[in-house]
Amino acid sequence: MGLSNEILLDMYWTMLLARRTDERAWVLHRQGKIAFHISGIGQEAAQVGAAFALQRGQDWISPYYRDLALMLAVGLTPLEFMLSVMGKKGEPSSGARQMPSHWGLRRANVLSHSAPVATQTLHASGLGLAIKLKGDKHVVLTTIGEGSTSQGEWYEAVNWAAIHKLPVIFMVENNSYAISVPQDKQMAVPSAADKACGLGLPGISVDGTDIVAVYSAMQIAVERARSGEGATVIEARAYRLTPHSSDDDDRAYRSREEVETYKKSDPIPLTQRLLLSKKIATQAQLDEMEKRAQTEIEQAVADATAAPYPSPEEALHPVYAEEVTHA
Amino acid sequence: MPEMTLIDAIRQGMDEELAHDPNVFIVGEDVGVRGGVFRATRGLFDKYGPQRVMDSPLAEASIIGVGIGAALYGMRPICEIQFADFIHPAFNQIINEAAKMCYRSNGDWTVPMVIRAPYGGGIGGGLYHSQSLEAFFTHTPGLKVVVPSNPADAKGLLKSAVRDPNPVLFFEPKKGYRLIKGEVPEGEYLVPIGKADVSREGTDVSVFAYGMMLYYTLQAAQKLAAEDISVEVVDLRTLYPVDRESILTSVRKTGKALVVYEDNLTGGYGAEIAAIIAEQAFTDLDAPVRRLAGPDVPAVPFSHPLQDWFMLNPDKIAAAIRDLASY
Repeated sequence: MGLSNEILLDMYWTMLLARRTDERAWVLHRQGKIAFHISGIGQEAAQVGAAFALQRGQDWISPYYRDLALMLAVGLTPLEFMLSVMGKKGEPSSGARQMPSHWGLRRANVLSHSAPVATQTLHASGLGLAIKLKGDKHVVLTTIGEGSTSQGEWYEAVNWAAIHKLPVIFMVENNSYAISVPQDKQMAVPSAADKACGLGLPGISVDGTDIVAVYSAMQIAVERARSGEGATVIEARAYRLTPHSSDDDDRAYRSREEVETYKKSDPIPLTQRLLLSKKIATQAQLDEMEKRAQTEIEQAVADATAAPYPSPEEALHPVYAEEVTHA
Repeated sequence: MPEMTLIDAIRQGMDEELAHDPNVFIVGEDVGVRGGVFRATRGLFDKYGPQRVMDSPLAEASIIGVGIGAALYGMRPICEIQFADFIHPAFNQIINEAAKMCYRSNGDWTVPMVIRAPYGGGIGGGLYHSQSLEAFFTHTPGLKVVVPSNPADAKGLLKSAVRDPNPVLFFEPKKGYRLIKGEVPEGEYLVPIGKADVSREGTDVSVFAYGMMLYYTLQAAQKLAAEDISVEVVDLRTLYPVDRESILTSVRKTGKALVVYEDNLTGGYGAEIAAIIAEQAFTDLDAPVRRLAGPDVPAVPFSHPLQDWFMLNPDKIAAAIRDLASY
């Protein structure tokens, strides 16, 4: 599988940094310092496991809004995230035009996405088609929630990739809820991966809280894609441990007991236990990583707070490519 | 200069752009072996092969969404929507994705693509093979919208659209595909997007039109010349961004303005032209700005008497010009 202790530690660090950054955003929201936050808490193992199976910076990603850990794995910094939640100048996804967590990072081959769900999956198939037409060897990862696989555009995207054996991996981050609607009201199949067989490509379902399992499934899919065998659907099963967003109250549709039950499969402590039991890290090392994460995030919050807002006239451009001033 | 039909000029424009740039490819329903249901791509599959003239699955959102993804990788897709009436499943991809990509990514991602769509009635196509849909798209910053009225412009504008770094909607008057003939310059030439053209000079009334209605307006103007009414006909050619200067120059010369469009009257594109004139040339007007357009019923009905009732024609246009000239 090729996961050295060093890489496993790096994966855990990325998960931890994502978790603490995410938690800090919730606090900022509750303090009234930011207007909105949408969380990826509970899905860090799925996202980091997927990212690390790619050639980061070379392969392409068409993500969705819960992918904070995935974005940190390909080089987004906590400062850049804090700039985005505060709507500050220099935020790299959109120049503070989009709501937070609407990703995009040109330097890391991460496409810009919108809020209507599943649109990004067609872009992934288009990337895959272009990669194939040009004879390149890159692969494309596109992510989505399980509820959004109800959209026609998701089926159309997977269908295209299956017909043309495109180098695309469709990862469904199944966190069990689409805002308030549970999986059994989104689909009649037990797993989103089961949808793949009707479209003529492999579907794999893995425990999305198990970073090694996700990485292993992704490795198979990446190998298939890179060798020209085509696309794969991967379902990474997890649980959304937070409300949908800072504007949601999940007590309206699920019990506290249910949420408490799933906290037992929180990927952060699960991965900690893996590292400790395999003697990949000591408790002292983990404690040190916690401190490092806190320091880095507090610095990011301070720097983002001090950063300027965009000036109003920046809202006028660039509507058309001719108005783009930077390279 | 050789004379050719509108559709032959469009095909020649695509042929030249396929030869000019290896990143250009055509994608759409039946565009390959069949050469398109209107035969717009006839012969191109044999000449350039299945990777550059590509049959898509029967799913319009995917034609545009995959095209966007390919464009983001550096390709220059020409996406064909078989009839403009079928563009609605792709509306989300055009309005929310292609049009907003540059702005929402602060210029990091741009979408160079052409969306060709035959539009308009008078061909016995009923409600769903006759629609004129330009107003949806001229309401959307980030898009360019082009409607040619003659073969020379069609070829030169299409070539400009393919080379444009933005998404361009290219609506082709399908009734004119073989009806409208004209001389097409030999050799390489482009017609710039964003410039109107005075098709016929006159002094009594300015008529602003595009596409099939421009063709009919020229016939009406010819007829009215015998009645000593001098009509200036302005072919808007690009609806968005519109050439305001050419509109204002003409209306300042004649003092009377009629806007002709095939779409439903209310909220149609001609309302914008009327507003521009009312706002910026009010004191030059000798009569109220008039609109002549389709009736406010959902779309063109099938049966010939019903269709004829809906459609404008040279006689109806001549009557409207005569009426305005006598004001």
